[in-house]
Amino acid sequence: MKTLLELSQVGIEFKTDKGPFKALDNVNLKIREGEYVSLIGHSGCGKSTVLNIVAGLLRATTGGVVLDGREVTEPGPERAVVFQNHSLLPWLSAYQNVELAVRQVFRAKKSRAEMREWIEHNLKLVHMEHALHKRPGEISGGMKQRVGIARALAMQPRVLLMDEPFGALDALTRAHLQDSLMEIQRELANTVIMITHDVDEAVLLSDRIVMMTNGPAATIGEILDVDLERPRNRLELAEDPRYNHCRQEVLRFLYEKQRKVDGTARASPGASQPEPAHAPLAAKAPAGAQMPQPARGERAVVTPLHGKHVA
Amino acid sequence: METTRTPAWFAARARAWDARGAGRQLASLTRALAMPLLGIAIFLLLWQAGAARVQTTLGQLPGPALVWSEAKGLHREYLMDREREAAFHARQQERAAKMAAANPGAAAAPVRPYTASPTFYTQIVTSLKTVMSGFLLSALLAIPVGIAIGLSGPLHGAVNPLIQVFKPVSPLAWLPLVTLVVASVHDNPDPAVPKSFITSLITVALCCVWPTVINTAVGVASVSDDLNNVSKVLRLGWLQHVRRIVLPAAVPMIFTGLRLSLGVAWMVLIAAEMLSQNPGLGKFIWDEFQNGSSQSLGRIMVAVITIGLIGFLLDRVMLALQRVVSWDKNAVTR
Repeated sequence: MKTLLELSQVGIEFKTDKGPFKALDNVNLKIREGEYVSLIGHSGCGKSTVLNIVAGLLRATTGGVVLDGREVTEPGPERAVVFQNHSLLPWLSAYQNVELAVRQVFRAKKSRAEMREWIEHNLKLVHMEHALHKRPGEISGGMKQRVGIARALAMQPRVLLMDEPFGALDALTRAHLQDSLMEIQRELANTVIMITHDVDEAVLLSDRIVMMTNGPAATIGEILDVDLERPRNRLELAEDPRYNHCRQEVLRFLYEKQRKVDGTARASPGASQPEPAHAPLAAKAPAGAQMPQPARGERAVVTPLHGKHVA
Repeated sequence: METTRTPAWFAARARAWDARGAGRQLASLTRALAMPLLGIAIFLLLWQAGAARVQTTLGQLPGPALVWSEAKGLHREYLMDREREAAFHARQQERAAKMAAANPGAAAAPVRPYTASPTFYTQIVTSLKTVMSGFLLSALLAIPVGIAIGLSGPLHGAVNPLIQVFKPVSPLAWLPLVTLVVASVHDNPDPAVPKSFITSLITVALCCVWPTVINTAVGVASVSDDLNNVSKVLRLGWLQHVRRIVLPAAVPMIFTGLRLSLGVAWMVLIAAEMLSQNPGLGKFIWDEFQNGSSQSLGRIMVAVITIGLIGFLLDRVMLALQRVVSWDKNAVTR
């Protein structure tokens, strides 16, 4: 399958009072059509920054993002975003919130009746057809997030971007919404980039997990392919050794290789000589290989890009 | 055999009316009213006791009982004025009929209006008309300006110093300027719109525009980042963005500003009326003060209490409007 979205040497630097702050450095990623990619990493490592750059809400200072052969410079409905705080307009009902998006995107292309059908269809996809005319103040957090997802899907985006969509919800609601999302994914085969903190969620939902190093100058550390076939059932998977292996890989990355000690990032010991940033690795590194990372003091060379990924 | 069953709605009502339920409702009503009534009662007692000790050049400071009788006196004056008006119109019609009978075919005699010094209630109505006109004028100016400076940082920088400098200026300081400008510009006054009315309403507008401008600007500027991001992703045009996102989000703050402005307007109005001689409550107080009769103090106090009660009512009306417009059920609107 062809590449739909490509991040090419993306880096971003913010001007702060204490001087320039490089949040991201040399992020390279190719995403195929229909793929579900999770971005995972410690807090503050720059995951949301990557998503905002893909969404067009921020502009990268170096490198760029290419979607369908065109560079991304500003936000747009073809890269619909589901925000962590649902971001519904509180004075409009669920139906009207989705309608705002649909009217904006399909102004000339659909008739009134078609728009209404489309809005109701999307709200039905997220199981909100019973609460069409309720305002955000009258529905629960999980339901608000469902409406947020419906609004994003209603824009028929090329890429669906989700910034910790279930982060603000309790575990049970999260499980329900994850199942709903897998159902929708089965039906629509969207391309999705999701940011999450939850390792289980990442392994359950994604085709690939992109693990980011700690900031500043964060980049992609490892990429893990999740080869579990769909549909995935969380209860069955709990006993599946492949699922547990994937979880283990991610946890090992987060808690051994990219451990955060006392709030400052510190790489694991055992650094060998640093390698240039974009050295392509065709061969898969053996499982459990230590990633050579320069220690905190030696910032001479950028962190190398190793990992298990299929080029 | 048929059994009769009371319909559910009747049973529900009957339950609500039962003695215990009524007792509970009465108890909660009493509790809600008890403290305010107690506060007012204590205040009246203190007033009566304190007033008896104060002697002024116009006589003893009236206590609540005297003030109440003055209020009744004002009402009686109103009723007498209505009788006089009816008599005046009756006499006028008689004369017109006689003249028509004497010269049939001649033009009808002009109907003269009844002019007499305004009664207390007329003065209240004049005050209300003036304050609402001034308030509406200020709202028409303040809301667009507030939106503009809320949306544009540079514009805010340009206009803010002017706001800060003119905000603290008292209405009594504006009055001489406004009076002179109105006198020179308003050359042939229509008797329905006297100069004093225009002067008062402009002064009121000048003083009560500031809370609305400031609150509108703050409301518009503090639309949450999340909503702005939604607007960006949807690629809403500037006008759409303002209409669909900025304005609805800013409505609560705009109403807060309007409520504050109305309170300021009512206070400013009384002062403005005193000096511009607009025939409202302010003029009533001023005339009584200058008049210096033995009843003046009592009548002034009636006016003071009336002013307070009307201000309270105006605020409640704005609050009710705010509740109707508010979409945020969690916001406390008190």
